[in-house]
Amino acid sequence: MEASSDYAVQMHGITKTFGSFTALDSVDLDVKKQTVHAILGENGAGKSTLMNVLYGLYQADAGEVYLGGQSVQIQSPLDAIAHGIGMVHQHFMLVENFTVTENIILGDEVCHSLGVLDMARAKKEVEKIVREYGFDVDPDAKIEDITVGMQQRVEILKALYRGADTLILDEPTAVLTPQEITQLIKIMRGLVARGKTIIIITHKLKEIMESADACTIIRRGKYMGTVDVSKTTEGELASKMVGRRVNLTVEKGPAKPGETALSVRGLHVRDGRGIEQVCGLDLDVRVGEIVGIAGIEGNGQEEFVQAIDGLAKVDSGTISVKGEEIQNTIPRNVLDHKVATVPADRQRFGLVLPFTVAENVILERHGEETFGKGATLDYGKVRSFANGLIKEYDIRPADCVDSLAGGLSGGNQQKVIIAREVSSKPDLLVAVQPTRGLDVGAIEFVHKVLIRERDRGAAILLISLELDEVMDVADTIAVIHHGKIVGTFKQGTVSEEEVGLLMAGGGKQ
Amino acid sequence: MLDNLVLVLSITLMYSTPLVFGALGGVISERSGVTNIGIEGMMNVGAFAGVAGSYVSGNPWIGLLCAGLAGGLVALLHAVASVTFNADQTISGVAINLLAPGIALFACRRMFDGAAMSSVVNTLPKLIDTSGFGDSPLSSLNLDVTVLLGLIAAVVMWFVLYRTKWGLRVRSVGEHPEASETLGISVYRTRYICVILSGVLAGFGGASMTLAIISQYTQTAISGQGFIALAAVIFGKWTPHGAYLACLLFGFTQALTVMLGGGSVVPTQILAMLPYVMTVLVLVFFVGRSVAPKADGVPYIKGSR
Amino acid sequence: MNNTVIKVLRKPITSAIVAILIGFLVAAIVLASAGYDPGASFAALFSGMVGRPRYIVNVIIKATPLLLCGIGVAFAFKVGLFNIGAEGQYILGTVAATIVGITCDLPAVLEIPLVVLSGTIAGALSGALIGWLKAKFGIHEVITSIMFNWISLYLCNYVVSLDAFHQPNTTGTYAVHESALTMILPNWKLSAEGQAALANFPVLRDVLVRCDVNVGIIVAVVVAILIGWLLKRTKVGYEMRAVGLNKDAARFAGINVEKNIVLCMVISGGLCGLAGALNITGILPHGISTLAAFENNGFNGLSVAFIAGCSPVGCIPAALLFAGLIYGGQTVQQTMGAPSEIISIMIGTIVFCMALGGVIPMLAEHIQRSRAERAEQARKLAAEAGTTPVAAPAGESDASRTSGSAGASSSEAEASSKTTESNGSNDKKGADGDAR
Repeated sequence: MEASSDYAVQMHGITKTFGSFTALDSVDLDVKKQTVHAILGENGAGKSTLMNVLYGLYQADAGEVYLGGQSVQIQSPLDAIAHGIGMVHQHFMLVENFTVTENIILGDEVCHSLGVLDMARAKKEVEKIVREYGFDVDPDAKIEDITVGMQQRVEILKALYRGADTLILDEPTAVLTPQEITQLIKIMRGLVARGKTIIIITHKLKEIMESADACTIIRRGKYMGTVDVSKTTEGELASKMVGRRVNLTVEKGPAKPGETALSVRGLHVRDGRGIEQVCGLDLDVRVGEIVGIAGIEGNGQEEFVQAIDGLAKVDSGTISVKGEEIQNTIPRNVLDHKVATVPADRQRFGLVLPFTVAENVILERHGEETFGKGATLDYGKVRSFANGLIKEYDIRPADCVDSLAGGLSGGNQQKVIIAREVSSKPDLLVAVQPTRGLDVGAIEFVHKVLIRERDRGAAILLISLELDEVMDVADTIAVIHHGKIVGTFKQGTVSEEEVGLLMAGGGKQ
Repeated sequence: MLDNLVLVLSITLMYSTPLVFGALGGVISERSGVTNIGIEGMMNVGAFAGVAGSYVSGNPWIGLLCAGLAGGLVALLHAVASVTFNADQTISGVAINLLAPGIALFACRRMFDGAAMSSVVNTLPKLIDTSGFGDSPLSSLNLDVTVLLGLIAAVVMWFVLYRTKWGLRVRSVGEHPEASETLGISVYRTRYICVILSGVLAGFGGASMTLAIISQYTQTAISGQGFIALAAVIFGKWTPHGAYLACLLFGFTQALTVMLGGGSVVPTQILAMLPYVMTVLVLVFFVGRSVAPKADGVPYIKGSR
Repeated sequence: MNNTVIKVLRKPITSAIVAILIGFLVAAIVLASAGYDPGASFAALFSGMVGRPRYIVNVIIKATPLLLCGIGVAFAFKVGLFNIGAEGQYILGTVAATIVGITCDLPAVLEIPLVVLSGTIAGALSGALIGWLKAKFGIHEVITSIMFNWISLYLCNYVVSLDAFHQPNTTGTYAVHESALTMILPNWKLSAEGQAALANFPVLRDVLVRCDVNVGIIVAVVVAILIGWLLKRTKVGYEMRAVGLNKDAARFAGINVEKNIVLCMVISGGLCGLAGALNITGILPHGISTLAAFENNGFNGLSVAFIAGCSPVGCIPAALLFAGLIYGGQTVQQTMGAPSEIISIMIGTIVFCMALGGVIPMLAEHIQRSRAERAEQARKLAAEAGTTPVAAPAGESDASRTSGSAGASSSEAEASSKTTESNGSNDKKGADGDAR
């Protein structure tokens, strides 16, 4: 396609390699002015890399970039900003202990002479944009005190403050409720109406259908084409993205619930700052069923899991596993009650990255006599145990037993954790965000293991921020809001909208 | 009574001034995200370079400049290691604490016929000429000009960190370097500047010992001040004003040690422990889990590799 | 062949050797620019180190406390703790050993263990306190350690000043009782019959009579092997390493992080205390003296640990090298007139280069990566020429996988994982690993 002034952004033949790995292989992107343009691809397909090239964080090895028909060289984020490009990163780029205003003006400060900050004028300018776009943001609030949705708006404000005409949003809905997503789409439409162009990176088909005008698909660093969203279907997008027919549903037999494995009554837990996050939570999980907890980030899920695992102090209430109370004990005791957890943050809690795979699979079980008599550790036995798991769970590369866990791909790191947790044959398996950041194949694998464990006779507690995952995988859906379960439903008896409303604190009680 | 008070004040300020410069150096470096355990070594080099500059030129002010320059050069090493090469900042700091006194003493021996101490050199002036005070209590007021310079440095650093755009940027680099980089702020450059500046300040700190207090360089001129300055950084919660006050407190305990030293109630050796015991107690009871800059000590590796 | 180069470059010992060479190089430049002949200076240095059997023995004697302190520091570093308090713990070891050795007078079988143990315990207690303050109040161990160093120094001076211990007209205490000494044949070698027996063996005589030959080095070497074994082959060691590399994951996995931190500092401090105690029982004057400044046995232990890449067994050659440089450095000053501080400069450079240690494994990566790139280009050319197109090469990301592996300290590894997470290279990992 020729460069033309009808287009806000055109990237032609972009190639980017990291060492020997080709992240982008001659990718094209043509974004019409005043549209919402989606970039679709799996985790690792190269979407973010492409946008980082546009934003000047990476330099492409080959290819041309045109803005409004003009060829440009973008060497740094400063260049991008000067060309009217703004980016909202998936992991927000906000300094937590700065105020909203400080974050917005950082790098482009409002000053008296000699670089002395003029915070009064800065605040006024921020307020002006806030009013203009109808955002609900307090310029004096500290980032650490405001909600995730609000933080996202600060990120958008940062770009607008710099006069961005083109906004890149990287996975903007990952942390939002269905209602907040609706609101974000409204904001995006409002921005387009005011002359802005929006590029949204996502792997969620539904949002593309709802919000985008056009969609460019990338698969494993290769350009797969651009489609007009109004003339396509979710199924078509999905097969283009993955390269094969995708089974969008999870296959499983009916649950056969048995005795209660986990029973939580009147649980109250405070977070590290002393604020109560779990406020009277009641929940039962029986063996042979998957209970999925749907909720927005920060509604007590984290503290709930910490309380189960013995990492957070319980103020009142009980957590019983097979009838025995385990609250306010130590993690070791919880593990001894055959509770296994797949943590949300696999690199922080799940693995010791500089340990080998073999060392990682015995993290919880190194004390067992099978891995060495008395105080000693028999690495021969540890390695053969690890090799068994590597084979069983198809952890790649197959000879990784002595490789460092930090060198594995995200999907394989997750497999190591799941293999370890499941290998102890737990009575209760708590899986927190088990598929975050994984691609379709790995997601399928994780779901299969959860269902297999359910059928083996474990109780599964699935906690996820992805509503689709909870709706698809769980036999029972429990909605958490403000540290309480505000609704419990059998799978198939409730709509996504109803759950979404409960997640946001509305709806029937 | 009054002259005792004046004396305590004088001694407090005297002991605290080298610490103030060292601590301010620590603050600026750590605020940008680089742990600087090498302050001690940089002070040591500054202590010698100050004397050498004053010895050669006869002008203590030139000596002071030399001290800043030498401290900055040593800090450059630390910056190269910790910013460019993502080295372990603690080990790099330890290396500098070995290297810098070695260089200082080596140069000292070269310059002063193999002696481990320098000649007495011209020192910086006093702030107030007390000769006219006669017998009044104020006559024991002994303030070096470095006391004022330290205070000015603290005020300026506070103003720069909290009231100017450079300060905002430095703080953002220490808290969230990725965010700074996306807004066009160079993390590497900011850290280089801050680390070098920390060395310059530490150099001044060393010189404020040798050019104001003891008027010569000896092997033990700087013995632990750099480390106490680091404690002051933490105690002062990584702020220039906090660190300044913490240094005053350390200076005050030193003054108490000196003042009480004459009595026989408490053995001098036990009294000498006071500043250190107090630091630990203060940390236990008043600071608790301190809030270091989030990216402090974490090497920043740029996205494009 | 090229693979061998890469393998060699990845070995931690390569970093150490390169660092040592650079240390000598820098020292040579400094010497030359100050007007001394580097070659002659190094010759003096080595003759002062190994020129006579007695020098070698003295180096070994000097190496003993450095080795023990080095192991203590290295051990703590493996558990993610920076024990800069080695100096103070060493001092406490000497103080406790002196107090007990002077006050108790038991048969050697009891006296020696008692004295040595008391020094060890004193160091361990200091370490325990530092560890406890860290585990309980979150106070950084570097600060408490530094404060404890000074407190220990003044405590030492206080003990020296007490009438019960102070030897009049000296700056030191009395010597500990003879039954506490761990020297080898201390009396026999000075007795008439000993002298007579030794007369036929001039080398042995030189070594025995003119050096404080003691059993310390044997203890230290055994300890090095034991600690290495503890870290690598036991469950406690495994737990400690897990705590050192990722506290959160360790806690999550049911490991008691606080207990391990305190225990680690107990052992680390104990080793430094042991070093102090063995110096009291092993070498003259078998007592403590007023300290005007630190003697640096503990601080030098830090350097030893870092030169050894924090490997306990690696501390053995590192301590010998270090002690050799310090001991031989005196000769440089005597014979060449060059300030002995050249040794500090050399050692500082070596440690500094060890801090840059990641550079050499990085070089290995670079070589490997550029080779992979060339191979890729060749493949592309071949593909263009119409031969079989080749799919993405297997193991393509090996270069990225090994990043930060060799000799990575906890903080480095943690940091590199953090950055990989945030700079979007997850993208490429996901792409090459998952989507098969």
